[in-house]
Amino acid sequence: MINVIRAEFRKLRRPTLTLGTLLATLFFSVLFTYLIFSEVKSPQGGGRPGAVAPTVESISLANGVVVSFQQVPVLLGIIALCIFAAQMAQEYTYGTLRNLLVRQPSRMKILAGKYISMSIFGLLIVAASAITSIGVSYGLADWAGVNTTAWSSAEGTQAITETLVNVSIAVIIYGTIGMILGILLRSPISSIALGVIWFLILDNILSGVLSASAKWLPGQLIDSLTRGGTDSISYDRSATLLAIYVGISALVAAILFKRRDVAN
Amino acid sequence: MSIAISVSDLSKIYGEAAAVSHATFEVPKGTVCGFVGPNGAGKTTTIRMLLGLISATGGTGTVLGESINEPEKYLPRVGAMIEGPAFYPALSAKENLNVLATLGHFPKKRVDELLELVGLADRAGSKFKTYSLGMKQRLGIAAALLPNPELLILDEPTNGLDPEGIQEIRELMQSLAQEGTTVFVSSHLLSELEMISEHLVMLRKGKVLFTGRLAELLAAQQPIVIAVPENVSDLGKVSEIANRMGHQAQIVASEVRIVGENDFTADLNRAVFAEGITLSTLIAQLPSLEETFFDMTGEQA
Repeated sequence: MINVIRAEFRKLRRPTLTLGTLLATLFFSVLFTYLIFSEVKSPQGGGRPGAVAPTVESISLANGVVVSFQQVPVLLGIIALCIFAAQMAQEYTYGTLRNLLVRQPSRMKILAGKYISMSIFGLLIVAASAITSIGVSYGLADWAGVNTTAWSSAEGTQAITETLVNVSIAVIIYGTIGMILGILLRSPISSIALGVIWFLILDNILSGVLSASAKWLPGQLIDSLTRGGTDSISYDRSATLLAIYVGISALVAAILFKRRDVAN
Repeated sequence: MSIAISVSDLSKIYGEAAAVSHATFEVPKGTVCGFVGPNGAGKTTTIRMLLGLISATGGTGTVLGESINEPEKYLPRVGAMIEGPAFYPALSAKENLNVLATLGHFPKKRVDELLELVGLADRAGSKFKTYSLGMKQRLGIAAALLPNPELLILDEPTNGLDPEGIQEIRELMQSLAQEGTTVFVSSHLLSELEMISEHLVMLRKGKVLFTGRLAELLAAQQPIVIAVPENVSDLGKVSEIANRMGHQAQIVASEVRIVGENDFTADLNRAVFAEGITLSTLIAQLPSLEETFFDMTGEQA
């Protein structure tokens, strides 16, 4: 298993993938943090119509330290989904899966090793985003007139920890879904397209048109999980339903991966 | 004689089509065994079953003494290149081999040794996607040799190689066999296989047409006398004379091919000379593997 993880890291650490992912993560983390603090600083107040705009007062609370970090999970999740899906599906399109299986015939070890290494990669992305978002938040606090005293309190530390855990879980869920799609569709383009279209478009349209469906839709559930629960969807419901969704689909994908002929 | 590969009644059915049908053959250890058949004969499907990549619909098999249902027991001792080299385009040759070396827990220095062996040491740092077909093929062979295998399975290893590369691979396979490695190689280059193979498995439409020693296969074929008259216009006459002497003759290009033993050459020479025909070439030989293959499979030359 350790050998599979190490072998997978050899692929993940190639500069174009690592640097590209890191730069995208840092860019969006800085951008979202800047936008949040711009809204706070704006004399008219910010926010989209109907949305609660962040204010100097709300950002100065203990959990204000993670407000900007809480905005990035969807983008981090989509990045993770794309990486997991591509890394999995490419084994089929390149024909490299047969090489892996000749060198490590246990398909479950290959699958688990790939999953663990990509999850570690996903967690590193989350860590990079968290450090950037929180760091930039401190940097912009003075400029926006935000008092950061409460951020350093025990409550602030707890908010950082909880958000970090929830965002990490969310990103891993996105990645897991990407990996499942990669196994099912065996095509990077198809699996990434389906995942991205679902989470960025269909999930939002469905929740907007059929509001009752929101508490069943994976994208909305992940959003709720990231925020520690929302008014319409509790944290427990999000966690339970996501565990069921991901558990069942991962089981189906694992059985397929184990039993399916490798004929390409 | 110990056996490296043994399959009995091995079958793979897709829907109603049998890719491999009741294949039974053995490959002795320490030999080069050619695996031949027209496109779609089921060679790659058989190889995939031997490597545990696809499951057999029926039959049994063993590789290095272990059942093909438990590939984890023998694959650490097997090297394979199946259906051409498959690697990560964005990684270098060395990184690609390192991925497999890490996976199989092989020492790093083995990667460098193999890159040197297949002549890729100078381009080891170049990305796989920049490689020519011949270089990709060499890398595939290097990957197959990573475990210092007891059994080497190669599917069309000489595809894309220049004559020098083909010769190198031929010599490599021969030297591996001399060191005790069993080489099971499928190729369309039958003349190459004829030069290096001791054993042969011939497939057609999923069925085994022949399995055994190559020399026995060729010896069982009817020997041929090839006669080339000095004057091309005498081809018909030579053919007619051979037929009159009770031997089946056929004009192929600028020569007459006559079914007959070595001692028939003197009789034929006298007969055509008596009719005023001079032969520039007169030889008796066994059919080549290629000719035998076309004869047995019904394929066009």
